[in-house]
Amino acid sequence: MSLTDLANPSRFLKFANRVLPWLGGVTVIAFAIGLNQAMGAPDDYQQGATVKIMYLHVPSAWLGMLAWGVMSIAALGTLVWRHPLADVAAKSAAPLGAAFTLLCLVTGALWGRPEWGTYWVWDARLTSELVLFLLYLGVIALWRTVEDPSRAARAAAILTLVGAVDLPIIKFSVDWWNTLHQGESVFRFGGSTIYPTILVPLLVMAVAFTLLFVTLQIAAMRNEILRRRVRTLRLMQAQAAS
Amino acid sequence: MEAINHLPFIVASYAAAVVVVGVLIAWVAIDFRAQRRALAELEMRGFARRSAAARSDTTLAQAKEQA
Amino acid sequence: MTSLGALLIRDMRLAVRVGGGALMGVLFFLVVVTLVPFAIGPDLALLERIGPAVLWLAALLANLLALDRLFAADHEDGSLDLLLMSRAPLELVVAVKGLAHWLTTGLPLVIAAPLIGLLLNLDGAAQAGLVLTLLVGTPALTFIGLIGAAIAVALRRGGLLLAVLVLPLTVPVLIFGVAAANAVLGGAAPFGTPFTILCALSLASLVIGPFAAAAALRQEIE
Repeated sequence: MSLTDLANPSRFLKFANRVLPWLGGVTVIAFAIGLNQAMGAPDDYQQGATVKIMYLHVPSAWLGMLAWGVMSIAALGTLVWRHPLADVAAKSAAPLGAAFTLLCLVTGALWGRPEWGTYWVWDARLTSELVLFLLYLGVIALWRTVEDPSRAARAAAILTLVGAVDLPIIKFSVDWWNTLHQGESVFRFGGSTIYPTILVPLLVMAVAFTLLFVTLQIAAMRNEILRRRVRTLRLMQAQAAS
Repeated sequence: MEAINHLPFIVASYAAAVVVVGVLIAWVAIDFRAQRRALAELEMRGFARRSAAARSDTTLAQAKEQA
Repeated sequence: MTSLGALLIRDMRLAVRVGGGALMGVLFFLVVVTLVPFAIGPDLALLERIGPAVLWLAALLANLLALDRLFAADHEDGSLDLLLMSRAPLELVVAVKGLAHWLTTGLPLVIAAPLIGLLLNLDGAAQAGLVLTLLVGTPALTFIGLIGAAIAVALRRGGLLLAVLVLPLTVPVLIFGVAAANAVLGGAAPFGTPFTILCALSLASLVIGPFAAAAALRQEIE
């Protein structure tokens, strides 16, 4: 089966049915290894045990960005090739991205309480993440406002691409704003070198989270294809009845 | 001492992760069941022609195109 | 070119006449700024310190609230279809509509800002800085807002959705606009850096806004 075959929704369903149990299994194994290593990893000499939160925080931040990347590529597929599967992929990725961005914010707040003494700091990284979260909510709101799926897909695609252009600018301006107001960053993650004892579990956890995302994305796409099928059949039923 | 101090926050973080991932998995699973049931129901009510014919993928693709 | 000029004049006339929303933006601007002291107390020193930020936020909201009818009204009475079919490139048409909107909504805000700034105890230099940043920054708000207006053109509850979609995108404009305005008040940063970046953001949105909005309109109306 080549990649172009997957572009057909029915073939994609077959592929999803076949591949999902395996992906789920691999994800569970990856999480078992990652969590095991994370629990066994030494504490940071400065931040103590709270560094364990990083194993959740950093991978969710990564997934928050990855999901927007997936949506952007899908948006190109929607606008350039008018491909229904691209619509489906973009729609499925939005709630996943929002959920992982939310997780990143929550773990960041819980990390901040012992580190900074407060749940929320207008730290550059957290603030950008918050704006990203708002953008995800906007895209989801758009998907939920437009009734016709392919029109919703095209509107969301344009918003996604505009967001993809604006996100680096937002990141830059928030960084600038933060240095202006704080002089020095309260907390710098990249400032100190990361020891391999911490880095390796982090990478394993990032792989596990990515696998989880891929699994959920394929499962959500399968749901969306079925939902469209149901919608089409209902429309046909209504037409036949009238 | 410090570790004990930090423990609630670590536990809360992992709990939050479990909740978020759990909600996502539950949403995907429940949604899958709902769509499958709706599809089965429609097929029972005599709208199986498409799906039955759609063992060959092209007809279904065409049906989607037309709709 | 003449058709674009005609469009500009038509849109401005529509905005100024009865039923148009040209002065609503300024009125909203005034009302929001008046409400702020009621919320935080009549402490003039504090009001002066947050004055530029308040005026910028009010300008951002006023600009946005007026935007939702920009394409929706044309869509309802069918003139948008004519614009889509016209020989002038849609990007330019959209840009002209944006310009007309800025001239009738954004520019009045810039002109009213010094008067309203008096309410917040802003002195001459701060006024000048504020007017300059608003003059440069409000086109960016209008042209980013164009994208949202085009996406929400055929939607019910489009106005609220428009705000939700567009406001996060305007974060950079707000940051650099307020920073430049504050610099005149003796803020942490020099005036030049944020002001030039604000100019760059405006120029970029002048290009990206019409293209994205035109693409959205083409996708929506077919």
